[in-house]
Amino acid sequence: MDGTVLPAIDVDHLQVSYGSQQVLHGVSLSIASGEFVAILGSSGCGKTTLLRTIAGFQKASGGSIRLSGRDVVNVPPEKRGMAMMFQSYALWPHMTVLGNVGYGLRLRGVPREEIRARVASVLKMLNLSGLENRKVTALSGGQRQRVALGRALAIEPQILLLDEPLSNLDAKVRIQLRSEIKSLQNQLGFTALHVTHDREEAMTMADRIVVMEAGRIAQVGTPKEVYDQPASPFVASFMGAENTISLDVTPAGSGVQIRADDGSMASCIDSVPIGAVTAYFRDDVASLEDPAARIDGSIILPGRITQRTYPGGYYRYVVAIGDRHFSVTDDRYHELDRPVGLRLPVASLHLFPTEQTKGGLHA
Amino acid sequence: MTAPMWSSPTRVNALPTLSPGQAPSVLRLRSWSLGSTILKIIGLAIFAFLLFGPLANLVLWSVAERWYTPYKLPVTYGMRYWETVFRPTGDAMASLLTSVSIACLTVMVALVVSVPAGYALARLKLPWRTALMILFLLPQAFPSVAIYINVARVFYGLGLTGTITGVVLVHAAHGLVYSVWIAAAAFAAVDKDLELAARNIGASPLRTFFTITLPLASPGIMASAIFVFLESLDEFTGTFFVGVPQVTTLPLLLYNASMGGNYQIASITALILLVPSVLFMLVIERFLKADVLSKVGQ
Repeated sequence: MDGTVLPAIDVDHLQVSYGSQQVLHGVSLSIASGEFVAILGSSGCGKTTLLRTIAGFQKASGGSIRLSGRDVVNVPPEKRGMAMMFQSYALWPHMTVLGNVGYGLRLRGVPREEIRARVASVLKMLNLSGLENRKVTALSGGQRQRVALGRALAIEPQILLLDEPLSNLDAKVRIQLRSEIKSLQNQLGFTALHVTHDREEAMTMADRIVVMEAGRIAQVGTPKEVYDQPASPFVASFMGAENTISLDVTPAGSGVQIRADDGSMASCIDSVPIGAVTAYFRDDVASLEDPAARIDGSIILPGRITQRTYPGGYYRYVVAIGDRHFSVTDDRYHELDRPVGLRLPVASLHLFPTEQTKGGLHA
Repeated sequence: MTAPMWSSPTRVNALPTLSPGQAPSVLRLRSWSLGSTILKIIGLAIFAFLLFGPLANLVLWSVAERWYTPYKLPVTYGMRYWETVFRPTGDAMASLLTSVSIACLTVMVALVVSVPAGYALARLKLPWRTALMILFLLPQAFPSVAIYINVARVFYGLGLTGTITGVVLVHAAHGLVYSVWIAAAAFAAVDKDLELAARNIGASPLRTFFTITLPLASPGIMASAIFVFLESLDEFTGTFFVGVPQVTTLPLLLYNASMGGNYQIASITALILLVPSVLFMLVIERFLKADVLSKVGQ
């Protein structure tokens, strides 16, 4: 030991295969002690496999996993000292709440009275006081997942793994549990690794987000970095920038000039790729202006409103430009079929060379 | 050996109010549904007769002290033969005891094999898995007389003929197909995440098996034990070839009694044999859940 703080979880070139099919292609990831990291990705990207391999449920075919410096690749799950929450809750239906939450303590030979006391304090923390002798099958979904959280926390783990634990719950309970888990993490200081396909869940809970694509890490960063500076077209569209438009970038003076197909252009001094690019933007980045307006640093594309919805707080429009349709949000009310200018602030567009974007769109 | 399953006859659906023009077709509809109801009633009556007719005959024979041709019903009724059977020194009570002890031992032997085998078949990636499953089915696949004559010969060489051990082994081989297949299904029905959750917070594989997997699979295993018990209680051919003359179970007694023309003793024995079957079938219905049944033989 050289005095530097070792990461709580250090995954190095981890490879996992199911039979001949390789699921993880050398994933490297380092998580500091006390950090909350969310692994975000669409289904089949290997995020759950990564979590289950760290837990020890799945054998790695290459690479290493170190927990505070200890290599655990060949250590069985029960000796890794973690706790996990499952999407299916995985509560034991033949036991009461006390039996479930106290199971880990019973394994550790804690005396019966102390188990009762510690389970009671865990349940109090989770607002489940007094449910000790209830069968878990008699609880609601939210209560069950709280019991599962209690079971995981009762053994005071260093690392908590969360395998989409909130995705089977209804929206209200989900948001409530999100903040409960987050505040418990702040309070108890465990390291959390959370797998989810819900962008908002990852953004609100995590200190750092890992976006995975097809068995590889596409980007690692704070929620803001991943949201505002996506590293690839995949990450951009996964983070909600689902509108795309082809643009042409040419060097001009000290900066560049960005030109759309119809000739409207804007100049910019940021470093952007030169040549044919595809711009990715979210619907809240664009806005609606007069088609004839000229605004510095923005491209204005003339189009027509074809659809208007009101999701609450703002309007969402579909604007047709040529044969393409873009989704835009705007605070103001506009009539349908009205000619409008779609304003795209160049600084908020995510530009990627067009060759790179080919085949990279499956969010 | 199935418990009676009554379904109430489907009621004729109420017909909608008719308008004059519709009358003929509605009439046809009504006579059609009336006809199908009558058919159902006749079907049920035949079913009930087939099920309860033999039972009624058994009951009648068991209380008939004298019954001979040309009389359609017994000449004298009485409980004399019941007393004979239940006399503490009687053959019937002794063979009932033998039967039940053999059945209990058979269940134990079957469980010792089927719990580990069922778990292995359900959870481990075994090569030849299907072949193994079929292996347990083999004793049922061939004519039992051919098998038991050979078994008897082998057991004779080992000194197992005429012993309880020999009979228990024969019954267990016969019962294993139920117990292994049902146990495998019961273990397969336990969600793997439930085991992983235990491993994850520190339980060894063995501890996980005994605190999580086995308790969750136990209803299915109970059901398989009951099946084995009933099969053993009922088994005739194997016992006949391996156990006779030293070991006399109830089915053998039944056979001897009816061969000797003693229909009263035979009927009473048959009725006694029926009791555990009906009782256990009611219990099994509670234990064997659909999620387990759907995994049998997979």
